Amino acid sequence: MDNFIKNTLFTLIFSAIAMFSYAGHDQENNADKPFNPAPTIMHHIADSHDWHFASWDERTHWSLPLPVILLSKENGKAGLDAFMSSRFEHGHASYNGFILNEENKIETVAGSGKELIIDLSITKNVASLMLSVILLLFIFLGMARRYKKNPGSAPKGVQSFFEPIIIYIRDDVAKSVIGHKYERFMPYLLTVFFFIWFNNLLGLLPGGANLTGNIAVTAVLAVFTFLITTFSGNKTYWGHIFWTPGVPLPLRIIILPIEILGMFTKPFSLMIRLFANITAGHILILSLICFTFLFKSVTVGIVSAAFAVFMNVLELFVALLQAYVFTLLSAMYFGSAVEEHHEAG
Amino acid sequence: MIFLAGSLITPEFGLLFWQFMIFLVILFILGKFAWKPILTSLKEREANIEEALNAAKKAKEEMQKLHADNDKLLQEARLERDKMLREAQTAANNIVSEAKDKATAEGQRLIENARAAINNEKQAALTEVKNLAANLSLEIAEKILKRELADEKAQKELVNEFIKEANLN
Repeated sequence: MDNFIKNTLFTLIFSAIAMFSYAGHDQENNADKPFNPAPTIMHHIADSHDWHFASWDERTHWSLPLPVILLSKENGKAGLDAFMSSRFEHGHASYNGFILNEENKIETVAGSGKELIIDLSITKNVASLMLSVILLLFIFLGMARRYKKNPGSAPKGVQSFFEPIIIYIRDDVAKSVIGHKYERFMPYLLTVFFFIWFNNLLGLLPGGANLTGNIAVTAVLAVFTFLITTFSGNKTYWGHIFWTPGVPLPLRIIILPIEILGMFTKPFSLMIRLFANITAGHILILSLICFTFLFKSVTVGIVSAAFAVFMNVLELFVALLQAYVFTLLSAMYFGSAVEEHHEAG
Repeated sequence: MIFLAGSLITPEFGLLFWQFMIFLVILFILGKFAWKPILTSLKEREANIEEALNAAKKAKEEMQKLHADNDKLLQEARLERDKMLREAQTAANNIVSEAKDKATAEGQRLIENARAAINNEKQAALTEVKNLAANLSLEIAEKILKRELADEKAQKELVNEFIKEANLN
């Protein structure tokens, strides 16, 4: 069983490398033009309206079309447009007055009389998000069923893998950081930990979406942490922000704006940290792969592939680490919000 | 490149919307149907384990207490036995010495009796011997007299002697 997991993991990693390097072919057609890695890398990191796996040439792409949902106005009347992204033919065609621009975003065709209000398309990231949610539900609801079916029995299978992690988050993150009021924060901490970890790992899969490296996703997670912190703040917490105890009066007035700013910088740092770490990891691996096509050399190819493997393994660790860091820091913010009054802390 | 990177740090409204809705839903579902039962049963299991450990500890302590009690009981029994032995010994000694005393006294009494009896017998024997001696002397005297006074002459001489003696008075 162990061997099976190990083999699967290695196969996945190596196929990820293969996929990345294969995708690097995108720009190969114009042999005269020097290879520009930036668009290739950005293409892999950014969101898109189809789930792209590979391309043979300018016209042949292996990709999964995704639903496009648009709230729009036509001659002042609001309406909903829903169609598959394959209608755009990878940016080569317009549909219903909409077209993909160079940035792979939807725009209205000039003179079509349409006005785009909101783009609620199921993009690659949204699709990946839904997949990860299905995975999370499948694993953890199944696990919960086992706990309910065999109460008090020793953990088995997937249970014995995740149980120590759940206990670690409960004991060494929530209990030790928040204190005795930890229990009400457990559902959020566990959800956010496994959500980030799973999506970090899914992002490392071949063709995987860079979901946790997308600022919108990390922003929403940070907002959740911010809202929970703010709404569970007790008297001591607010007292600390608005009238910092143990500080001379004039200083309190200076500290006040800093403390208020601090309420927002904490979740902001959460947002940036996760986004930057995951995106940086992806860019690094993609850059290493791109070296091969920049130098057009077998030697560089071998060396950069070896480095990319190393980075990928490192990213597997970073995936766990960043999930842990986000959870731990969230727990610390919750802890400061519910901390009881203590003497001149 | 800068233009493209700019798009990286600009959140898309669509993704914000989906992420918010989906995360809210999964937070609710996992919180209610996964984390709650999992954490509850983990807590229960831990409580069970702790309870079992405590029970084992208690049983061990009880065992030790029982063991100590047994030892105490054994010690007491040993002491009791020693005491009983000692008492029996004393009683036996008493009986023996009493018996000895009694026997000595009885012996003494028997000896006294015997001595008294011997004395009596001795006196009786002596008396008999005396009587016998007296009789024998009388007989001897009678025989001597009979022989001395067998002839007339001797008888006359004796009578004369007596007369002579009587005349003197």
